[in-house]
Amino acid sequence: MAAKRATRKSNASKEELLKYYREMLLIRRFEEKAGQLYGMGLIGGFCHLYIGQEAVVVGLEACTEEGDKRITTYRDHGHMLACGMDPKGIMAELTGRSGGFSAGKGGSMHMFSAEKHFYGGHGIVGANVPLGAGLAFADKYKGNDRVTFTYFGDGAANQGQVYETYNMAELWMLPVVFVIENNQYAMGTAVKRATKSPSLWERGAAYGIAGEEVDGMDVLAVKAAGQKAIEHCRAGKGPYILEVMTYRYRGHSMSDPAKYRTRDEVQKMREERDAIEQVRKRLLEGDATEDELKAIDKEIKEIVNEAAEFSKESPEPDLAELWTDIYVDGSAPQNA
Amino acid sequence: MATEILMPALSPTMEEGTLAKWLVKEGDTVTSGDILAEIETDKATMEFEAVDEGIVGKILIEEGSEGVKVNTPIAIMVEEGESADNLSASAPAATAEPAPAAEAEAPASAAPAAPKAVVSLEPDYPEGTEMVSTTVREALRDAMAEEMRRDDTVFLMGEEVAQYQGAYKISQGLLDEFGDRRVVDTPITEHGFAGIGVGASWGGLRPIVEFMTFNFAMQAIDHIINSAAKTLYMSGGQMGSPIVFRGPNGAAARVGAQHSQDYAAWYASVPGLYVVQPFSAADAKGLLKTAIRDPNPVVFLENEILYGRAFDVPKLDDFTIPFGKARVWREGDDVTIVSWGIGMNYALEAADELAKEGISAEVIDMRTLRPLDIETVVRSVQKTNRCVTVEEAWPIASMSDHIGSEIMREAFDYLDAPVLKCTGKDVPMPYAANLEKLALTSTKEVIDAVKAVTYR
Repeated sequence: MAAKRATRKSNASKEELLKYYREMLLIRRFEEKAGQLYGMGLIGGFCHLYIGQEAVVVGLEACTEEGDKRITTYRDHGHMLACGMDPKGIMAELTGRSGGFSAGKGGSMHMFSAEKHFYGGHGIVGANVPLGAGLAFADKYKGNDRVTFTYFGDGAANQGQVYETYNMAELWMLPVVFVIENNQYAMGTAVKRATKSPSLWERGAAYGIAGEEVDGMDVLAVKAAGQKAIEHCRAGKGPYILEVMTYRYRGHSMSDPAKYRTRDEVQKMREERDAIEQVRKRLLEGDATEDELKAIDKEIKEIVNEAAEFSKESPEPDLAELWTDIYVDGSAPQNA
Repeated sequence: MATEILMPALSPTMEEGTLAKWLVKEGDTVTSGDILAEIETDKATMEFEAVDEGIVGKILIEEGSEGVKVNTPIAIMVEEGESADNLSASAPAATAEPAPAAEAEAPASAAPAAPKAVVSLEPDYPEGTEMVSTTVREALRDAMAEEMRRDDTVFLMGEEVAQYQGAYKISQGLLDEFGDRRVVDTPITEHGFAGIGVGASWGGLRPIVEFMTFNFAMQAIDHIINSAAKTLYMSGGQMGSPIVFRGPNGAAARVGAQHSQDYAAWYASVPGLYVVQPFSAADAKGLLKTAIRDPNPVVFLENEILYGRAFDVPKLDDFTIPFGKARVWREGDDVTIVSWGIGMNYALEAADELAKEGISAEVIDMRTLRPLDIETVVRSVQKTNRCVTVEEAWPIASMSDHIGSEIMREAFDYLDAPVLKCTGKDVPMPYAANLEKLALTSTKEVIDAVKAVTYR
């Protein structure tokens, strides 16, 4: 298994490219708006923006079918938008309102959608990896051919439970795609300052798990790799690892002083590798027009503005909500 | 020089066993490593090897003998030319000190008569139900087997649960009946398999995750609390975790500090979890079945020393006990003794002793620690005006502390004395037999505490 950057370029149709353009743009504009609302004090606590990494989820979601599952870490807004969760419900959760996906009780890091098979939204680095394998365990147990995408970062890739999970996932041939979103920095620690491993996906070889490195700034390359991974899992060949090389333009969270990298580095990435720009360029090189793309920009802006409006207007949760959802039957235990 | 071969202790808690089969006969020459006999404990059948060479001079305990106490001479080895004819074993029962067990103080015979609950506010089963003597071990196994037959989404995972038949033999026979799809051996990776279990519970299954001991669950506590207990809340009610985490908890016997902690108060402090710590086999069965069916995560704390203990279990097709219902084992007027799990041993023994001195103790088994049936305790304290709590866990931030504060809040005006707690000592568990005994609570401590609160 030679480490090879996937460079497959499929001949994507205009329709397909427009779909990716629209979905990636939605994530970017949504996140920019979330950043604004945070600055205005409408969003509190931790807020981790996905700007720069849009091609990863959009490319991989393009491979999924109904019933496939996904689970990720706390940088989760993009994953939710990409799997079709309503932007209004996501933004309202960010503002801690009753209209949010967790009724205001989860926040930026903890949202779920049983309907869209989105299983969070987890704040403990690495913990979502066995959880994702557990979802895949359930599908294998039931004998269906669903696949779970388990996303985590380069930081989580050094957690012990990831390797416990690799071991069991291959041992039990679980249909799970481990997606390492390598955005180069675990909070402020560059990958090279946290490990001497030359690549993260290759660690899977120790457990017999196949995988590959993917250009995460190229949505078509991500889609192609995702297709291969999902087919591997659906065919009952066990787990697969994708190390998707990406880049986060914004800070780790909203309170990141960014002392660990230069402004030039970020700028260079934005100018030369930006995933949305790449698709935009391809579209314009084809038969798409500036007007067409502008219309999409406008449409996205409206969706995001509506979400922002909803997130401000949706009421705060009823005070009685403090005591609900602790146990399934809705009853708090005695003496709680 | 003739030497005695003694009945071996093959596990930390073994007190007696069955000498299933001799593989040598009198006159045989054996060398170190030869298998002498097969010995059956309540957990497993094990081969017993010679440690030295010699000739089997005399077999003292016939094969098939049951209830052979640890350290009883079972054979005599002689050297070449030596005769075993005029050798007799030193009086069997009086040989070496029996393996010091945690409850060494109790004169308890190895197979104590099953204590019977005299009263239950609301009986768990109809009057006149046929009762069958069952060990806690069998009761737990039966509960899992019944639920697995009832619901295909229930499965068991953990270390040594399948082929080994359970490190403590709790899952004996389950692999044969349900196969390896539903009885899953895991590698020794508690953190990882606990997380996989929680994920599987979100995926529509009802996992039973066995920890070989809850001491090892400390590796996995992040998933028990952050992943299982909190997700329903964090998801605004969308995603529950129907999962049971079970296994032995607390001290066994002579297993040292890292294998002897009682986690009751840790887990009982977590909103989103239910916590069960049963004493009797009937409760173990009825509560485990309830736990498996419950849509919430349940921490089910067992006790290794209780596994082999037999109690009456109602013979019913489907016997469950709801959470949050204490059981009154013994009615009394002078003091309320509140306990749960193995603490009930001390509580019931103390009550027997106290009765001889004319002190009438009401003994309550909490059974579930979250939800906690404080009403039953308060009602009792309103009658007795005094209360002593009994547990083996550490004293600080203990369940006893919580119960004491609840009694103070709910029944302050009824109290004639402070609520006293008998707990494990505030030390890591020592290995030495005498120190270990000292580190746990005791029947005497409970008696003394009762005398203190009754001013006797």
